[in-house]
Amino acid sequence: MPSSRNPQLNRHGQLQHLLTLDGLPRDILTAILDIAAPFTEVAEREVKKLPLLRGKSVFNLFFENSTRTRTTFEIAAKRLSADVINLNVSTSSTKKGETLLDTVDNLCAMQADMFVVRHEASGAPFLIAQHLLATGRDHIHVVNAGDGRHAHPTQGLLDMYTIRHYKGGFEHLSVGIVGDVQHSRVARSQIAALTTLGVPDVRVIGPKTLLPTDVERMGVRVCHDIREGLRDVDVVMMLRLQNERMNGALLPTAQEYYKVWGLTAEKLALAKPDAIVMHPGPMNRGVEIDSAVADGAQAVILDQVTFGIAVRMAVMSMLAGQ
Amino acid sequence: MFKLDAEALCGALAESMRPHVTAKTCLVGIHTGGVWLAQRLHADLNLRQPLGSIDVSFYRDDYGTKGLHPQPQRSEIPFDVVGAHIIIVDDVLYTGRTTRAALNELFDYGRPAKVDLAVLVDRGGRELPIAPRFCAHVLDGPLPANQSLQLERCPEGTLSLRLANA
Repeated sequence: MPSSRNPQLNRHGQLQHLLTLDGLPRDILTAILDIAAPFTEVAEREVKKLPLLRGKSVFNLFFENSTRTRTTFEIAAKRLSADVINLNVSTSSTKKGETLLDTVDNLCAMQADMFVVRHEASGAPFLIAQHLLATGRDHIHVVNAGDGRHAHPTQGLLDMYTIRHYKGGFEHLSVGIVGDVQHSRVARSQIAALTTLGVPDVRVIGPKTLLPTDVERMGVRVCHDIREGLRDVDVVMMLRLQNERMNGALLPTAQEYYKVWGLTAEKLALAKPDAIVMHPGPMNRGVEIDSAVADGAQAVILDQVTFGIAVRMAVMSMLAGQ
Repeated sequence: MFKLDAEALCGALAESMRPHVTAKTCLVGIHTGGVWLAQRLHADLNLRQPLGSIDVSFYRDDYGTKGLHPQPQRSEIPFDVVGAHIIIVDDVLYTGRTTRAALNELFDYGRPAKVDLAVLVDRGGRELPIAPRFCAHVLDGPLPANQSLQLERCPEGTLSLRLANA
């Protein structure tokens, strides 16, 4: 088995699985965004369906809770005419002790064509992809819908789609990513995509306890002062503050976090006047973002959700067509 | 030597369509050559309905073997399909599979009253029961499969037909 190959690409260099944006070639990233554009138009038709995945079975395999991501994957697959099977893992065999790969093997025996996987363990989708390759089932595709702290590639892609939609490109932008980068798979995918697409100025903004120690190596600038970090940015990407982080010694209280790091209109005024505000959801209003900003004219948070459907359609139709 | 005057054919096609179109007739060009041709016909025939365009990438029947076209265009149908008289416009008619894909896509916008097909050249080699109502030129014999016939448009807007090895 060739181990030097990017595990997401087949021997022709085409996308076989989508596991991470880290190391994904720029032309593939751009191709996904290009293909997603015409998919946005399907939502305006009487019949919101395309025949591309007709007869294919897509299994949503969510070992971790999610509403938005699972739902938009489901809508995307259904708009492509796939049969979608949602596995409710809380009542599944995993609870009875079945291993991840045994679950996968069983679903393969039910003629699965694609797995959309969310798992609390980083690398779980990669493990499944390797297992499929090792067992000669390379007609089955894996899409990572978020694994541990590692990656959330479709979120990163829909964020790039949103930025390109509003800003027209990447080469001239300043982008600030604010909040808990340390525990965020979303941030890792965003950083990988932004740097690959040639954004010259990516800033990660947050308290020392919530930024990875060697984050500069990802090609970003570190700011421990939100006012300095937001100055003249074109795009503000807020991250969700995971409430469970409050319990450790990483943070004092939600109120204090909001006071220092929460995005308010006053702090947003430091960014460019036409800066857009993004958030991957779910939002904690009054913790990382003020309601006036979340519902304000610069917020594109709900567009992110809509674009997410088109981007996921693009990814699934690219994979299934290889 | 292959010699077809696309400009002359375009004019002839418009004349053959003229008696059969009304102010309500809608044109839908198939990307990319069909859109150029439809733009020309739309102007020549003085049609009032906005021009539609279709990219059939998402409806092709060879997706399972060839995958997705790398740069699909947005389909735009800027009129109400329900009850409309629509003429699908393509540059070259070959197997008929593109026309079938366009029909399938069109019907996802609604149920037209009538659909016709207009093409510049019929190159033969049909694989489906599809025939154009308007066709400016039929090749004497079918072109071999390893050859492609395509409409091209120079920057000044002049149309030409190019024969190449596929």
